[in-house]
Amino acid sequence: MERSFFARSPSVLIFISMLALFTLLVTVLSEGMGGEVISTSMVKTLGKTLCLCLVAIAMDLVWGYCGILSLGHFAFFGLGGYMIGMWLMYARTEIIVAASLANTELPPTPQEIKDAIGTQIFGVVGGSDFPMIWAFADSLALQLLFVVAVPGLLALIFGWLAFRSRVTGVYLSILTQAMTLALALHLFQNDSGLRGNNGLSGLQNIPGAQDIPQSVLSVWFLWASAFALGLGYILSAWVVSGKFGSVVRGIRDDEARVRFLGYHVESYKLVVFTLTAVIAAIAGALYYPQAGIINPAEIAPIASIYLAVWVAIGGRGRIYGAVIGAAFVSLLSTWFTGGQAPNIDLGFYEVRWTDWWLVLLGLSFVVVTLLAPKGIGGMFDRLVRK
Amino acid sequence: MLRALILFATILWPIGLSAQTTDLQTLLKENRSAVEKASRKTVDVVLAAMIDAGLPEVPVFLEKWRDKDVWQRKEDGLFFFTKTEDKKTYQLIDVSTGNVVGEADKKALKNLKPNSGVRGVIATALVQFQLMDPSLSRRMEGIRSIERDPEAAHLEPLRGSIDGEDNPDLKARKVRLERLLTLRFDEDDAARITAIEGFKGDLGIDARAALNPILATKTIAIAGEVNTALNVAETLVPGKDISIDAAYELLVSTDLAPSAVTKADIKMALTANIVDGQIAGVNVGTLGSDAAREEAYIKLAAMGIVSPLVSKVDIDAALSSHTFLSVFSEPSKTVTNAAIETLGSINTAVGINQTADLFLDGLSLASIYFLAAIGLAITFGVMGVINMAHGEFIMMGAYTGYVVQLFVPDYTLSIILALPLAFGVTFAAGVAMERLVIRYLYHRPLETLLATFGISIALQQIAKNIFGTQARPLTSPGWLDGALVINDVVSISYIRIAIFILALIFLAVLLYILNKTRLGLEVRAVTQNPRMAASMGINPDKINMLTFGLGSGIAGIAGVAIGLYAKVTSELGADYIVQSFMTVVVGGVGNIWGTLLGASMIGFLQKGIEFLNPSNTLAAQTYMILFIILFIQFRPKGIIALKGRATEA
Repeated sequence: MERSFFARSPSVLIFISMLALFTLLVTVLSEGMGGEVISTSMVKTLGKTLCLCLVAIAMDLVWGYCGILSLGHFAFFGLGGYMIGMWLMYARTEIIVAASLANTELPPTPQEIKDAIGTQIFGVVGGSDFPMIWAFADSLALQLLFVVAVPGLLALIFGWLAFRSRVTGVYLSILTQAMTLALALHLFQNDSGLRGNNGLSGLQNIPGAQDIPQSVLSVWFLWASAFALGLGYILSAWVVSGKFGSVVRGIRDDEARVRFLGYHVESYKLVVFTLTAVIAAIAGALYYPQAGIINPAEIAPIASIYLAVWVAIGGRGRIYGAVIGAAFVSLLSTWFTGGQAPNIDLGFYEVRWTDWWLVLLGLSFVVVTLLAPKGIGGMFDRLVRK
Repeated sequence: MLRALILFATILWPIGLSAQTTDLQTLLKENRSAVEKASRKTVDVVLAAMIDAGLPEVPVFLEKWRDKDVWQRKEDGLFFFTKTEDKKTYQLIDVSTGNVVGEADKKALKNLKPNSGVRGVIATALVQFQLMDPSLSRRMEGIRSIERDPEAAHLEPLRGSIDGEDNPDLKARKVRLERLLTLRFDEDDAARITAIEGFKGDLGIDARAALNPILATKTIAIAGEVNTALNVAETLVPGKDISIDAAYELLVSTDLAPSAVTKADIKMALTANIVDGQIAGVNVGTLGSDAAREEAYIKLAAMGIVSPLVSKVDIDAALSSHTFLSVFSEPSKTVTNAAIETLGSINTAVGINQTADLFLDGLSLASIYFLAAIGLAITFGVMGVINMAHGEFIMMGAYTGYVVQLFVPDYTLSIILALPLAFGVTFAAGVAMERLVIRYLYHRPLETLLATFGISIALQQIAKNIFGTQARPLTSPGWLDGALVINDVVSISYIRIAIFILALIFLAVLLYILNKTRLGLEVRAVTQNPRMAASMGINPDKINMLTFGLGSGIAGIAGVAIGLYAKVTSELGADYIVQSFMTVVVGGVGNIWGTLLGASMIGFLQKGIEFLNPSNTLAAQTYMILFIILFIQFRPKGIIALKGRATEA
């Protein structure tokens, strides 16, 4: 009798219990639940961090386990955000418009309501007509489906094209980066139908939940993010633990050899690539309602590279490494760029961390790559083994 | 009448000059009342007399007259120019000699104030003096004023002035202007047609500007038979050539149909007629759809409160009982036909030239991409090192140029200094990076990518901290300003030519270094097999360092060139990095020629897409990247693919 999945991977249980403990602790201490220790914006930051951990897990799966350095997974993350953002913005604008039209002398026709929503949403880019892609924006169920389907399909098509022509290594990285750039440039256009560089905004207001204060909503989203992260962790751990995982790791280490053994390498890669794209998209769909705004700058190639940075610093090839890296670097980054870090006065020059944080991050990245290629997770491993 | 007189006078002018008998004051005295109370009708005679007299002071007088600077002494009716210091006493200046001849109180004088109609006639008469003026600049000015604002009345004086013109350039300009005026204003259709046909294939904007008004059309609606006297451009079918709404709007505006009742009109009428929550007996609450609103409106109309609803059937009936025509305002069919034909040939010629212009644009964009990518072709293409900080080397080169300009104000000298300095700075940076980071990461390309990316964000932020976020100018020397204008369609700026030449020089130098020098030989040896090269006495460490330095240094020089036409910011390099990698990958790794081909393909492609969709350069870039992604599907190793086992590494 084979041992159960959880027995084989004790780290999963440890992680899940730690995550649950963390979520409970934050909930109890949060402003919304009367704890008054952790402010609403801090709860949101923590919730967003959990989403970033989830997308980092996806990145770790595709890069750390499958050896595909994708510089496009933040694009899938952003797409997921856009998909849910369309419904959030549409439904909320509809409520506002209905309220403002309720006082008119004649009851509004459906067309008038639609026109008013269009003017509200697209006024900033000088339009009022709904583009084709908004056709289903009024349906939450369909937009939720799109959160998974659109990035999934994009990843499937892109991956199929790239893997079948055996684009590998750095070429694939550059190709994924090009895809990200193309998507960002497309979204930057005013006539892309997604409000150009204005992006979608007001996403923190959940339609139908107007009466619930943000402090409580933030806790809800923290729970949702924690739940998704937990599920994502279990799914990833399960995927990499079985035979499938062994093949995938084999592809990372020597693709040609796995192919000669008779495995259809391209299919394995395509499954991993698409699956991780979907995970990234779900993370994005949870992230942006907490952030409140999404614009094309979020999708710029640099964001995907930061994602790779987190995973590398955390230690790739171990799922908890990705979580540690994303949480550690993104929280540190918030701390430094938020102006909370104390400035260092050198006498002749004052080092302001808002200016120098990126330099520090860039250089520490070089150091990690050179001296600790296994990242923080690697040090962790050594401690455990001792 | 005036035109004929002016023409007559123009021919006679030289004779008139020698045979002057009267002076201007006498002439004015003779026509005193006509000058005093000049009107459009009477001023012709005076002007003709003045022109006839052929006096040299006439143009000056006319100018002053037009500018309301001529005064009349009340007691004897003589005319003077004046000069005043205290606005009370005026010095009187003789109209012929320009000498001060006396003084008078303001009360004793009367200012001549011709009305605007008269001033227009005077200005036209002046044109012929300007066109015949002995001073070249005055004649030039006359031509320019006609070109700016051509009128029918200019045609005769212009024709008259052509034969006497001795400056060949100006004469050519006059002849061309005469043809342009002829095709617009001549009364003889045959002359116009000849002039129009003379412009076949002409690229000048002025020719198109003159021809287009001839083909101006307006849309009209006619009930019943079409008047054959109309010069019809085409018959418009509602719903096809003209939208139903626009066609009906036209009928309404010409009172051929009652105005349509729009949804907004219905809403307004309904809102205005709410009585106790009801409209014509219908509950307001039920009017939440267009159909219900229309019904209520029809009820209102039946009660005679609002104008009746125009139904779709009514609109269709009104449209089908009228003919919609697009009609030329120009009455002559032969003229419009000639103009259409000539414009067609012009458009063909313009199209050909636009293609040429597009080719030049593509060429210059290709050279920019080539410059940005050529350093990468060495570090990435030849050595196989992914250097994400390559863009930052370009940026460093550009900032070096900026700093040099801070110290050396002469732009030519500063550029000459900046090129080697930029090479030096980035060469040093490249060598340092190779020694400190990259040499530990050979054979680990993904790690190299990430480490160099770390350096890239650090360098970018350092540049931001030093130079700030605003763009810094890198000014090109004066001799690079402006553009080489081949005709009105094709032109290319000198800076782009310079960049093209620089790209060619780079190509030649690199090919020479790699293929003809000892260093190049060693570089190729180390790239192909470092161990074998080492055993032949080559120091691979040194070669790798030098090669990386060379590629980085070239990026620095490219930075100076790119900085000349783009603003220098800390993100300058980041804007080029993806395109540069694309260029190298598309062209084929490990081959300078491949980079050239890749840059050409991407440059021409982007310009081509931009031409098809000129409003949107972002879309052009998007489509171009998509195209490249697809291209790599079919040629994963680029245009020029290396063969053999080396490519598998």
